[in-house]
Amino acid sequence: MSTDALLIRDAVKRQRDVETVSGVNLTLKPGERVALLGHNGAGKTTLIRMILGLTRIDGGSISVFGATPGDASARCWTAYLPEAVAFHKSLTGREQLGLFAKLAGEARTAADTLLERVGLSEAADRRIGTWSKGMRQRLGLAQVLLGRPRLALLDEPTSGLDPISRYDFYSIVDDLVAEGAAVLVSSHALTELEARTDRIAILRKGRLVTEDSLAGLRDRARLPIRLIVTTIDGESDQVATRLGGAQVNCRGVELSCDAGEKMRQLAQITELGGLIEDVDVVPPTLEDLYRHFATGEDAR
Amino acid sequence: MIVRVLALANVELRIAIRNRWIAIASALMLLFALALTFGGSAPTGALGVDLLTVSVASMTTLSVYLVPLLALLLAFDAIAGENERGGLALLLTYPVSRSEVLFGKCLAHVMALSLAISLGFGLSGLAAWAIGGAGPESLLALAWLSVSAVVLGTTFLAIGYALSALARSPGAAAGLAITVWVVFVVLYDLGLLGALVYDSGGTFTRHVFPWLLAANPADAFRLFNLAGSDQLAATTGLNGASAAMPPWAATASLFAWPILGLALARLALRRIEP
Repeated sequence: MSTDALLIRDAVKRQRDVETVSGVNLTLKPGERVALLGHNGAGKTTLIRMILGLTRIDGGSISVFGATPGDASARCWTAYLPEAVAFHKSLTGREQLGLFAKLAGEARTAADTLLERVGLSEAADRRIGTWSKGMRQRLGLAQVLLGRPRLALLDEPTSGLDPISRYDFYSIVDDLVAEGAAVLVSSHALTELEARTDRIAILRKGRLVTEDSLAGLRDRARLPIRLIVTTIDGESDQVATRLGGAQVNCRGVELSCDAGEKMRQLAQITELGGLIEDVDVVPPTLEDLYRHFATGEDAR
Repeated sequence: MIVRVLALANVELRIAIRNRWIAIASALMLLFALALTFGGSAPTGALGVDLLTVSVASMTTLSVYLVPLLALLLAFDAIAGENERGGLALLLTYPVSRSEVLFGKCLAHVMALSLAISLGFGLSGLAAWAIGGAGPESLLALAWLSVSAVVLGTTFLAIGYALSALARSPGAAAGLAITVWVVFVVLYDLGLLGALVYDSGGTFTRHVFPWLLAANPADAFRLFNLAGSDQLAATTGLNGASAAMPPWAATASLFAWPILGLALARLALRRIEP
């Protein structure tokens, strides 16, 4: 049996002559956490549906611990959190999770334990129709944890969650990883929490444009650093012309430079002495990094 | 397999109870059955049969229209609606087969239908018996009517699942379901009637028509219930058609249809990419 949790080789999906996923290669080892990033329509959900065996593969191969997607054994090992979790609104949370527990071959008590773990034990006997979106999302997460999955596929799991819920969510994902599961999280934006992954894979128009650790991506992108200069009142146009930056308002000037030129720029700013009130140095954010790779602004 | 089918059926039955389907369908069946039993009691004297015998004939005709409609209403959303919500995709990532999903839903819906039918017919049978308008023979006919109505309902549940799996949306599935109901229950008989008039007692009337009648599950149900008893046949005038055919034909058709329908539904379900 293969030791890779997930092995994708040259996977292709065609939808009416358009390749929505083309030539994707990706490997996940047990205990590994990978973020799958891309715009809406980049092919993230299609790729996840292919891994689940919900949609046919038109080329290449995918294996889950050596099994074909959709096989009984692959389905036993895989857990899925869909992007829009839609449970039946007239069932209670306990009934819905109890059904999934039965299908996963677990006891009903496993469902009760999990409801407690995601903080839903109080609402568990109310109908899902009365729940908030965050609660439904947590129920979705609870069903992921059923049956001790070895590969978890989470499709935009934190969209619509408040920051606290997001944090809780990722701490549960941490537990999953600690138990040795491989986790693939898809997202359309990179937040600090999602960056806590081993690797980041970025999809653009169905192709995998890059796959690296966060530090590796930073090195490769070589994005400029921004310097935000605050001047004394009314002097920003003079400062802007002398430093060669852009005037933001009557007290602000913005400059950008490569990482290597930062100190020289700072020295220039210091020379202006009394005209300057403050300087902020802003390294490229995760969002900049993501935009750089996902929109193809790089000239690789 | 049984555990998963029962778990699915359990949840589906709760949904049918909570969305009031069972309550509404039972009330509807009871209302019509009581109305037919006590409102339609006029011809009993002329035919020399008891109250319930006449009302079983009326209830048969009622069931031909009402039971397929109730079954299709229950079934049309079962696959298409679940798929639209995204529930089917999630369900099928679990180690559960499509057949198990189909059987689970079907089991729950057959139970819901049985409950509505036995409540409606059972209570009116009881009422007729209480006022002395029912004998052992007519009570037996009522029991057979209830059983065969469940079988008829199962056929249309299965057809409903097939349509639900073929349609791309619940709205389209509803449209298809209504079309199927009109074709099987109304247009088919009208077509046969037209052919009979045109043929005016020729080969078609004597050799083809009875078989075509038995091939339609709704007509097979009618034949099964009315031709089974001479007394009932006398009240409806259907004995002409059943005389030209071996007695097992309608029964075989009635009981074969649910199996055929479920096979169709299973095939349609295979094509779905949730």
